[in-house]
Amino acid sequence: MSRILCVSRHAPYQTSHANDALDAVLAAGAFDQDIGLLLIDEGVWQLVTQQDAPYVGKKDLSKKLCALALYGIENIFVHEPSLQGRLLTRDSLCLDNVQLLTNKETRQLFDQYEQILSF
Amino acid sequence: MPMKYTVVVMGAPEGSQSSRTALAFCHALVDQNHTLERIFFYADGVHNASMLVTPPQDEQNLPADWSNFIQQYDVDAVVCIAAALRRGIMDTDEQSRYQKSAANLSAAFSLSGLGQLIAATASSDRTITFGA
Repeated sequence: MSRILCVSRHAPYQTSHANDALDAVLAAGAFDQDIGLLLIDEGVWQLVTQQDAPYVGKKDLSKKLCALALYGIENIFVHEPSLQGRLLTRDSLCLDNVQLLTNKETRQLFDQYEQILSF
Repeated sequence: MPMKYTVVVMGAPEGSQSSRTALAFCHALVDQNHTLERIFFYADGVHNASMLVTPPQDEQNLPADWSNFIQQYDVDAVVCIAAALRRGIMDTDEQSRYQKSAANLSAAFSLSGLGQLIAATASSDRTITFGA
């Protein structure tokens, strides 16, 4: 088993990166890896409630994020300064079991994982 | 000290520099005696596996250069099947499965699932991503 941190830095719908990152996280979970997901920069938009994905011809990504726990993926981290910079708060998010991290804690998080998958 | 690397390519041969940078990085790895555990083509990176890419003759043909690199060094090059099918990249098996009129996956590459990315990452010392 390997400790893998998936870093997701893009908004949910403009590119396929956010969805591709989630698929990689789910695959890692299916292969029993110790996988964590960090949402940072524009990636924090993926967790915002009430997304109207069908309006842009996509599936709602936040539903996939909420389903991660069902697959045993519990370690979801959010870079709090990225939230603050976009006037978002914990109340804006569709998941309440995420861990908000400061800059220092985010740096420490990178040290805790052996591998980084960057999206 | 030589290390095992997994390289993830997510940029198309046209429109971004990341595929070219990834190929240069892979050359540097073998030049310095590191091991390439696997190259995984994901997202728009799957276009690098198309045998139909045809730039003008005085421009670099990145998909051809990738094929040559992969065959010369006998590297495992896997294309994400879900990302490929979404973008119209397929081998003859998928062609017959979906009853399409053509297949375009270059022989140097194989189609497989995301598990191949995870397995390679789990058994490598480093995973380097290009193009996200």
